[in-house]
Amino acid sequence: MKKIINAPENVVDEMLKGLGASFPQYVTRVPGTDVMARRRKKDGKVALVSGGGSGHEPSHAGFVGEGMLDAAVCGAVFTSPTPDQVYEAVKAVQTDAGVLLIIKNYTGDVMNFEMAMEMADAEGIKTAKVVIDDDVAVMNSTWTVGRRGIAGTVLLHKIAGAAAEEGRSLEEVKRIGEKVVANIRSMGMALSPCIVPAAGKPNFTLAENEMEMGLGIHGEPGVRREAVKPADAIADELLGRILEDMPLSAGDEIALLVNGLGGTPLMELFIVSRRVHEALAGIGVKVHNTNVGNYMTSIEMAGCSVTVLKLDEELKKLYDAKADTPAYKNFG
Amino acid sequence: MGVTSETIRGILLDMALIIEENKQYLTDLDAAIGDGDHGHNMARGFAAIKTKLGENPELTPEGLLKTAAMAPISNVGGASGPLYGTLFLKGAGAIGGKPELELADLAALLREGVEGVKTRGRSDFGEKTMLDVLVPVQRSLESDAAAGVSCGEALAKAKKLAEECAGKTRDIVATKGRASYLGERSLGHIDPGAMSSCLLISTLKEG
Repeated sequence: MKKIINAPENVVDEMLKGLGASFPQYVTRVPGTDVMARRRKKDGKVALVSGGGSGHEPSHAGFVGEGMLDAAVCGAVFTSPTPDQVYEAVKAVQTDAGVLLIIKNYTGDVMNFEMAMEMADAEGIKTAKVVIDDDVAVMNSTWTVGRRGIAGTVLLHKIAGAAAEEGRSLEEVKRIGEKVVANIRSMGMALSPCIVPAAGKPNFTLAENEMEMGLGIHGEPGVRREAVKPADAIADELLGRILEDMPLSAGDEIALLVNGLGGTPLMELFIVSRRVHEALAGIGVKVHNTNVGNYMTSIEMAGCSVTVLKLDEELKKLYDAKADTPAYKNFG
Repeated sequence: MGVTSETIRGILLDMALIIEENKQYLTDLDAAIGDGDHGHNMARGFAAIKTKLGENPELTPEGLLKTAAMAPISNVGGASGPLYGTLFLKGAGAIGGKPELELADLAALLREGVEGVKTRGRSDFGEKTMLDVLVPVQRSLESDAAAGVSCGEALAKAKKLAEECAGKTRDIVATKGRASYLGERSLGHIDPGAMSSCLLISTLKEG
């Protein structure tokens, strides 16, 4: 293992200290916790709390700020934060309007966040949740825990955050969040695994000529291993799987996110983005806006994911609203 | 005579030891079908239990189990923290203020704990999880208690059953937890949660 770290057990703490030191205008650490909260609170609005295991930076603490999250809870690497940490985040940012928790659909995340909601309920804090499961690689049936939440979560933060910033009610922000979840799909692939600092070795290995299709963001193996293909074939498959699940027709409008998993250069992400744009233009789908970069990473994993969010007028307006956070900015 | 506070404390310390010894093994099992952190998470949780027990020398059986519940809930995260935390917490509720536990109490403790795990994890027996060990072990203790089998004999049977059941998860396709993302690819691997439960059961003793 070769990493720029001091000690595996200190990575989360030192990262959060660095984040706080680097972006004091945006975030402040809630004392005694691994929670990063918004520096300038806005009174009376619904507060948005998200989080999960660390290792997905800039998710989620990088999206704390105006128009997105009010707090992010940072667990151990790839490990959901504990209920008391989530509860600390809820307490730190709660308002009379209530707190919306945005949870990626993993067994651990859902359990820990739900336990935190039970703690908040016991203290009379109004909470609601939106669970995101945008990954089409995983079969969604009654026989599984359902799909995973991956990069689409970032666009959920953006749109739910905009709705909260406008002063909408908890019920409204939840409704809009669920509308995003219903209209968003992602699919990812990897060329190389990642190394959890505490483990010190990769979870799986891929030969020089192999890639893994349909994997998540925790170094877990994907649904299929195959020979590496050219970028266009990869982009076609990622988009193809998304469109199989959520068909689009000519005239539809979408927001696109071409996300890097941490170890893939932007050059390659743009090559993928180019092909996805070509393919969408080919079927008459209009791309309202594109984000390309590392938004939901898997430490140093090489690979990418494609996320498509189908927009209507309501979602488009919120997508276009101002956001100002360390890792996502939109000035309209 | 029943299982005393002192014995329960000893069991919890033995649990911490066996988890620490098998930390890498559990993590390796998890790496095959999950995200490769189960051993490290369990070790962190049981190290916290050990610390908390050291700070509280005078605990009743219920107090010991509550301590064993809160330490993983506050220190582990992931799925194993809330699940094992819930197991101990609900178990504590089942025994109330009893100073010593008979076999029937152990069965009741595990029954409430297992029900808690089912609810929290929205899972049940046969889905390649810790429940594949805990459910049959609980049933065995329950029926042995009803049949008047001695505590020592019942625990010996339960340990053997736990090992068999953990091994059988190899033949199950996961439908819950992270391993479910693999579908058929989860076949041929022992479930790490079932194995950690098996290790914990192996430390149970009468005195």
